Amino acid sequence: MSKDMMPAFELYQPDTVDGAIELLSDAGEGGWALAGGNDSLDWFKDRIKRPSVVVDLAGLDELKGIREASDGGVEIGALTTLTAVETSPLITERYGVLAAAARRVASPQIRNSGTIGGNLCQDARCWYYRYGLDCYRAGGNSCYADSPAGQNREHCLWGADRCVAVSPSDTAPAMVVLDARMVIRNASGEREVPAEQFFIGPDVDIERMTALERGDVLTSIRIPAEWSGATFYFEKVADRNTWDFPLVNVAAAMFVQGGNIERIRMAAGAVQAVPRRLSVVEQVVTGQPKNEATAALAGQSAVRGATPLNFNHFKIPLLQNLVTRAIRDA
Amino acid sequence: MADKTNDHGVGAYLEPRFDTGSEGGPLKIASVKASRRQFIKGVIASGAAVSGAGVLFGGLSGCAPDRAGVGGVERMLMLRVNGAMRTVDVLPNETLAMTLRYKLNLTGTKLGCDRGECGACTVLVDDVATYSCSTLTHSVRDKAITTIEGLESADGQLHPVQQAMIDELGPQCGFCTPGQVMSAVALLKVNPRPTRDEARLALSGNLCRCGAYDHYLNSVMRAAGTA
Repeated sequence: MSKDMMPAFELYQPDTVDGAIELLSDAGEGGWALAGGNDSLDWFKDRIKRPSVVVDLAGLDELKGIREASDGGVEIGALTTLTAVETSPLITERYGVLAAAARRVASPQIRNSGTIGGNLCQDARCWYYRYGLDCYRAGGNSCYADSPAGQNREHCLWGADRCVAVSPSDTAPAMVVLDARMVIRNASGEREVPAEQFFIGPDVDIERMTALERGDVLTSIRIPAEWSGATFYFEKVADRNTWDFPLVNVAAAMFVQGGNIERIRMAAGAVQAVPRRLSVVEQVVTGQPKNEATAALAGQSAVRGATPLNFNHFKIPLLQNLVTRAIRDA
Repeated sequence: MADKTNDHGVGAYLEPRFDTGSEGGPLKIASVKASRRQFIKGVIASGAAVSGAGVLFGGLSGCAPDRAGVGGVERMLMLRVNGAMRTVDVLPNETLAMTLRYKLNLTGTKLGCDRGECGACTVLVDDVATYSCSTLTHSVRDKAITTIEGLESADGQLHPVQQAMIDELGPQCGFCTPGQVMSAVALLKVNPRPTRDEARLALSGNLCRCGAYDHYLNSVMRAAGTA
């Protein structure tokens, strides 16, 4: 196999977040923020994305680590590795659903260098898009996946809007369930966006997956105390246990009292361009006994309105079963 | 030639204007001005000639910049590899696997997929198993890098994991073996007595097309407690 390196770019390694933001702002369209690099370098090697300026965030120590917040929650620096997230006592003891999700990402080596911020900000994995075709998401005017011959086994059940790609992140549904806040900084200041609004579908902007705009840097994730120590469930189904992105994953957080589900939040990944909050399930099971019957009802209600493409019908019973198990086995 | 810019000091941001007419040719610094951006670690053109004995897939094309660029990191690095400080000229867009194999001649580290999907390029960065194909060399400039060549002791004795691989006939074709060994060594550093399942998980980021997974696991379990 003959291949060479990725095309040339200027590399900057700022020591401060403000410095990184300034560099990215100056670079404009040609700028690229590099975290763990596991996804970025593939884009560059494939010549699909060709930034002229790459800003390596690896030196921003202020964005690393997990600390207890004053409200009893935790704050995770965006550059904290997935390995650090999955092994952190703060996370495993209080927010087990996030630790479980981080543990199922890719492979050990990728978790060692891949960051929580990078995992949340992942771009779509649709192979037509990744191949560099001029699809809607790439600024063109076709969708190759949602065509008569299109291979769309991995694609969406909801929210198709020209593009049928799905949210590929394992940690994103966990963040939605924990009602996490994404802290975003740019040249004019800092803002906090709830996880549910952080992820955006093609109906909002077809060329990006998150609310991040040019010049924005995701600096940390704040997880409120509200769901600390809840009963959690996370399950991911993928073709292989290592590397592969989810075919479907589910995350749930619930408080169960006297056998009844008092409060619950639930989300599924890889069924829509955003992690899909399963609000109907939440409504159906709240106040109900946590038993087989409720679980079955939850599964049925989770898939209402699902619109499969040519090759992803299997995702409907898969999601239904995962949701059923989440209620039954959590 | 990168040494020249070292004279201006790492840590200062310089804004040189180059005569970039000749790609790969000598660069003339027309003016150099230290600026406010003290947070940037250095600057040098990425259009200078390639150093090192580069033998690349399909020739040198890979390591030669395809256009002259200005700005960014200091290209001359001191890398701590296998306990020794090595001076090496590293392009901004160069992966650690490229630097190790084609600049430092440490060809024990293999390149399989070059996409972080096979594990053949696994090395230790500060004792943590890392895909060197998916890591920019500049990102690990301050870290300790260990490759398969750095495992045996000074007197030539193999690392216990290496010895166990021999004793248990771990590899078949051997191409993925350096990566498998590095993953096993990283595991035993933090968990000297792993269960077989823990070892399986630790090696799950390394593919073996011969399917010698069980033999590899036998080797790791034999080495456990002696590494």
